[in-house]
Amino acid sequence: MSVKSQSIESKKETGKDERLKKISPLRVLLNRPELGALGGAILVFIFFGIVAGDTGMFSAYGTLNFLDVSANLGIIAIAAAMLMIGGEFDLSIGSMIGFAGICIAIPAIYWGWPLWTSIIFAFAMAVLIGYFNGIMVVKSGLPSFIVTLAMLFILRGATLAITRLITGRTQVPGLRVLIEDDPIAWIFATDTFQWLFTWLGSMKLIELRTDGTPLATGIPPSVIWFIALTLFATWILMKTRYGNWIFASGGDKVGATNVGVPVGRVKISLFIGTAVASTIFACIQVLDAGSADTMRGTLKELEAIAAAVVGGCLLTGGYGSAIGAALGAIIFGTVSMGIFYTDVDTDWFKVFLGAMMLIAVVFNNYIRKKVTETK
Amino acid sequence: MSEYLVQFNNISKFFGKVIALKDVTMKLKKGEIMCLLGDNGAGKSTLIKTLAGVHKPDEGEIIFEDKKIIFDSPRDALDIGIGTVYQDLALVSLMSVTRNFFMGREPQKGLPFFKTFDIEKANKIAAERMGQIGIDVRDPSQAVGTMSGGERQCLAISRAIYFGAKVLVLDEPTSALGVHQASMVLKYIVKAASQGLAVILITHNVHHAYPVGNSFTVLNRGRSMGTFKKDDISREKLLSMMAGGEELNKLEVELKEMDRIASN
Repeated sequence: MSVKSQSIESKKETGKDERLKKISPLRVLLNRPELGALGGAILVFIFFGIVAGDTGMFSAYGTLNFLDVSANLGIIAIAAAMLMIGGEFDLSIGSMIGFAGICIAIPAIYWGWPLWTSIIFAFAMAVLIGYFNGIMVVKSGLPSFIVTLAMLFILRGATLAITRLITGRTQVPGLRVLIEDDPIAWIFATDTFQWLFTWLGSMKLIELRTDGTPLATGIPPSVIWFIALTLFATWILMKTRYGNWIFASGGDKVGATNVGVPVGRVKISLFIGTAVASTIFACIQVLDAGSADTMRGTLKELEAIAAAVVGGCLLTGGYGSAIGAALGAIIFGTVSMGIFYTDVDTDWFKVFLGAMMLIAVVFNNYIRKKVTETK
Repeated sequence: MSEYLVQFNNISKFFGKVIALKDVTMKLKKGEIMCLLGDNGAGKSTLIKTLAGVHKPDEGEIIFEDKKIIFDSPRDALDIGIGTVYQDLALVSLMSVTRNFFMGREPQKGLPFFKTFDIEKANKIAAERMGQIGIDVRDPSQAVGTMSGGERQCLAISRAIYFGAKVLVLDEPTSALGVHQASMVLKYIVKAASQGLAVILITHNVHHAYPVGNSFTVLNRGRSMGTFKKDDISREKLLSMMAGGEELNKLEVELKEMDRIASN
């Protein structure tokens, strides 16, 4: 003991543990889950910088274009990542997007509700469905993969059936006129920093239309939501008690329960999170397009999970980061748009998506072994 | 005030028709280490879960500091000061030492609704506590997965003590450990008891239990075969009282028989 307490004292004197030197900065960086995604994102930008640098991809308009796509995916990817860190999956994200879309459009167009009430209605439905997913998984002990796969079919089917029953069609247009003067809709439908783009346009720093207005009119709402959600999720995961509970619930459910973490409540709240994020996604897209489509969001759940995995989330839970998922979404968004600026046929995008995911999983697996290596 | 810190009187637990525990009685004083011995299936796990508030006893009573106690959840047992360290330790190997140490009871700071997990304070306490038991945590943000088995066990025990355990229930703390690691853990258990904690050490390893225990309760097929002071019982006697004892004798006879046949 005396030897040990001496070494602790010497640590105090020098302010440093002599054994700490052995850990290289590289190793510290390797312990961060988002490292792979950061490297991937840098590679993607270097690649398109070389291949498509002079094509207008990185003009203000082009940049906002791929950022918009990335941001939309990012909104659901971050929620999916948090749920994955909590140890569960949500395959109903895509169907929830479609369902939320008609929850906004049908009351607003066919029942004469003010747009803002139908938006609130859509979020209320999201909370209910997320709660149902969560309670089913927690109470039944069934894999969330199965429960939410069932919800994928139920929601998509209900969306189609209800829409056709009420409207006789599969699309509900006519929302655009309702956005103006609505007290809530602007949150999902306003381009921000328009003055900046007008100014940049007047200085001839960005591309202009023939009538003299700038081609890019402002930062799309998806990007603002994306940034805000990334910061919020990171704050929760890294800086709050609830964040620690998310890691604990996903890392070891039984252990976490035994030390008093309310694992069930944490998981249910994360399922509500993915449903709410899907609804944010739906609000932005439906208000932007001015119409709801029953097929909106199809396969988005898989893209969201892919982005989260590329961002360093382990499929087994307990490890990952929101920033990683955000970077994963940026990689996919950038490639899916950037491919238009190259000579490569866009059919190859899905091949890239799959390959990227495979590489990420192998890489993450290696990292996890490194992190938990016994000395 | 009775001389006992905690008493478990005639505890019984049934699962349907199965009698998992019947009339088990244990009494512990402060600073005492009681070893609960029993072979697999003797009812050790059920007893631990009953002590920890996971199961409610169907019969019998738990008296803590002279008050009769009924646990509705593991949280109740924790709050009152019965800290249980399970075999799986309730540690998440992907999470850091600090995050594990404070899992479920994170210190917070800041305004309501904007409360944050006070990582700096948590890091400091975790490193300090681990230092006290002679484990120099190089970096409290390192993953628990990088620690040795004995160190993890000590971390789990140290966590239970930090969060106010007066009675420490340890489930097979040495079963997965080598000789050196096991003795490190046992040493720590003795130290904890000397600071006034009552320790219930559950094990099937008499060789680990005998040196550190003050008294021994032997469990066989759900029933207590009695509690013995260390002076009143030998290591060999304990071993043979556990279900394994008889069987080992039989095994010895059988092996001799086989030897005899082989040499013929």
